[in-house]
Amino acid sequence: MKPRRLFWLIIILTLLAIFIDLPSSFRLKLAIPKTKIKIDQEISRPKLDLRIGKFHFYRDLEIKQGIDLAGGTHLVFQADMSKVAQDDKSSAIEAAKDNIERRINMFGIVEPLVQTSRLGEEYRLIVEIPGISNINQAIELIGQTAQLDFRELPEGATSASSLADFKPTGLTGKELTRSRVEFDSNTGKPVVGLEFSDEGAKRFAEITKRNINKPVAIFLDQWPLTVPMVKEEISTGKAVISGDFTIDEAKKLSIQLNAGALPVPIKVIEQRNMGASLGGESVQKSIRAGLVGLLMVAAFMIAYYGYLGFLATCGLVIYGLLTLALYKLIPVTLTLPGIAGFLLSVGMAVDSNILIFERMKEEIWVGKPRGLAMELGFGRAWDSIRDANVCTLITCFILFNPFNWSFLNTSGMVRGFALTLGLGVGLSLFTGIVVTRTILRVLSIKEKK
Amino acid sequence: MNWMRFKWLYFLISTLIIIPGIYSLIRWGLRPSIDFAGGTLLEYKISQQLEKGKLEEVVKKVPEIELYSLQQTSQNTYLFRLAPLDKTKAEEIKNKIEKEFNVGVEEVRFETTGPVLGGELLRKTVIGILLAAGFILLYVAWRFKDKKFGICAILAMFHDSLVLLGTFSLLGHFLGVEVDTLFVTAVLTILSFSVHDTVVVYDRIRESQKNLPNVSFEQLVNKAVTETLVRSLNNSLTIIFMLLALLLMGGETIRWFVAALLIGTISGTYSSTFTAAPLLVIWEKIRSKVRYNY
Repeated sequence: MKPRRLFWLIIILTLLAIFIDLPSSFRLKLAIPKTKIKIDQEISRPKLDLRIGKFHFYRDLEIKQGIDLAGGTHLVFQADMSKVAQDDKSSAIEAAKDNIERRINMFGIVEPLVQTSRLGEEYRLIVEIPGISNINQAIELIGQTAQLDFRELPEGATSASSLADFKPTGLTGKELTRSRVEFDSNTGKPVVGLEFSDEGAKRFAEITKRNINKPVAIFLDQWPLTVPMVKEEISTGKAVISGDFTIDEAKKLSIQLNAGALPVPIKVIEQRNMGASLGGESVQKSIRAGLVGLLMVAAFMIAYYGYLGFLATCGLVIYGLLTLALYKLIPVTLTLPGIAGFLLSVGMAVDSNILIFERMKEEIWVGKPRGLAMELGFGRAWDSIRDANVCTLITCFILFNPFNWSFLNTSGMVRGFALTLGLGVGLSLFTGIVVTRTILRVLSIKEKK
Repeated sequence: MNWMRFKWLYFLISTLIIIPGIYSLIRWGLRPSIDFAGGTLLEYKISQQLEKGKLEEVVKKVPEIELYSLQQTSQNTYLFRLAPLDKTKAEEIKNKIEKEFNVGVEEVRFETTGPVLGGELLRKTVIGILLAAGFILLYVAWRFKDKKFGICAILAMFHDSLVLLGTFSLLGHFLGVEVDTLFVTAVLTILSFSVHDTVVVYDRIRESQKNLPNVSFEQLVNKAVTETLVRSLNNSLTIIFMLLALLLMGGETIRWFVAALLIGTISGTYSSTFTAAPLLVIWEKIRSKVRYNY
């Protein structure tokens, strides 16, 4: 691409990044003395909401803060799988996860993060709850196993009866062996299959016998999950709930039923509460420190490399804007180590520039003209920049552990660090090579004219 | 300049720094934080300043707890290290302090780790380091078309991790500095920084090898070191500026993390010029001697 066109592209990209980087609303106050120009306006940035066909891309463009910054709780539960059959283990842990999510949502907590992690025969659930710090009650609730039971309407109920009228039948999740998604052999539609134990089969037969053409509801933690109608007596211990399910709906229902059928006792093995005040203080201090550090770097570059250093600093500012925009777009959850990773990547971005400038100086010393020295400098420096950065990217890759290999780290802190460092190094390759170079080229074209 | 004439001096300097560290590592080891050892960290903000000794006495009276240490982290925040305990026990401690001293207590931090996770984290980290080292070795060896570059780069990298581990072992023994998950991150970062820096020096050797095929290897290395020294220093200075700012002004929680990065950066800069390059020269010498023998 021609340098000039690339130059405009970079400017457009930067403006776009600035727009994304803006806080969601702020007050612009500007008054130019001695004139009547005064601006005092509330500006709010729209959220990003793209819809192209089925593709839906929505971002509120806010920086996501990890619990070490925003305050919150990090919990690790160990799941006791000793009573679950080998084949059912993965559905059991899935159900336990769903169960925790549902309960946290009942508390009205925004964006809890629940992950499962498996290490050999150990199953764990990692829960991150942002925002509040005193959640003893929530933890207690999360730790309880799910209560599933079947309920019927009492004799003489009319069609006007409500969900509250359902009475327990005594048949509970204990007698349910498992639930899975099946497909109706006639219609091919997804249905939810239930399997009962011998004892459960007997009781379910009695219940269905006396409720033909009546509903039998399934409650989870006192909340109705589904209220299917009984068509006939089911004595085999195997039932299906059919309806107009999509596959996802059927899966969801089956997972919820499994929470009752395959209850997994869990216990806390790790808990971290971070008061928001600790994080807040640290963040403010670290951001201020980061800015001072950046200013020092810029001052050093300008003092040592003069004009070139100034251009590199411009490149660095663009780099900062692009990175922040990327964090908002992806979105990256920022943690303290994440911020450190970002700052380190700034250092490496500066390094690319220094490598290039040193090479340019050498070429100028041997008497090459400026323009040629510049091109040669970039070319020569590229080998070392590439190899050095690839090594960093290799480390980032292993630290980030994108495939969730169980023999590598899955700690959120380490991952946050790897992600911001990796993104930073990737972007620095772009700004160091493309942005600084294009600015230099465009300016040297002007010089010639 | 004939930098390589003094190669044994460089190794001596490295040894002088590493030996006390290794001694400390063997003698005292590292001081594990609760991330590794398991335990509970409890930090309280108390509405008025209390005498540390008295506070300790009161907390120790709570039944079924084991207090390892109490540290005043700022004017009126106190950090307790305890054997693993659950939230209700922590509440008990809080109530006890509130009652005894008639003060308001706000919980700033509550962290509990079972000892299971600690060993796991350590094992995973070692695997991570070995894996990263292996891949970097392969990449560098492939790019530079000679395994000596890969192996020497990795040796310099282990030099830096020894410096870092040794320093933190000493810091742990004398100042009570603990190593935690963040420290692990710092070690891994320094490993990649070290290689990053070494590769730049090696790149010069690779380039000169092509352009000046008749010059001896030692001279090539000297030339490369001369040419990259200013860049190495400038680059490290910018990173050091950044880290110094963070160390002096940044938040309490990342202080030792930043310190680790700073020590590692200095060591990494030193090792790429004064360890990685001389190692290549020695490698080449041994290789040529072996050739003469045949």
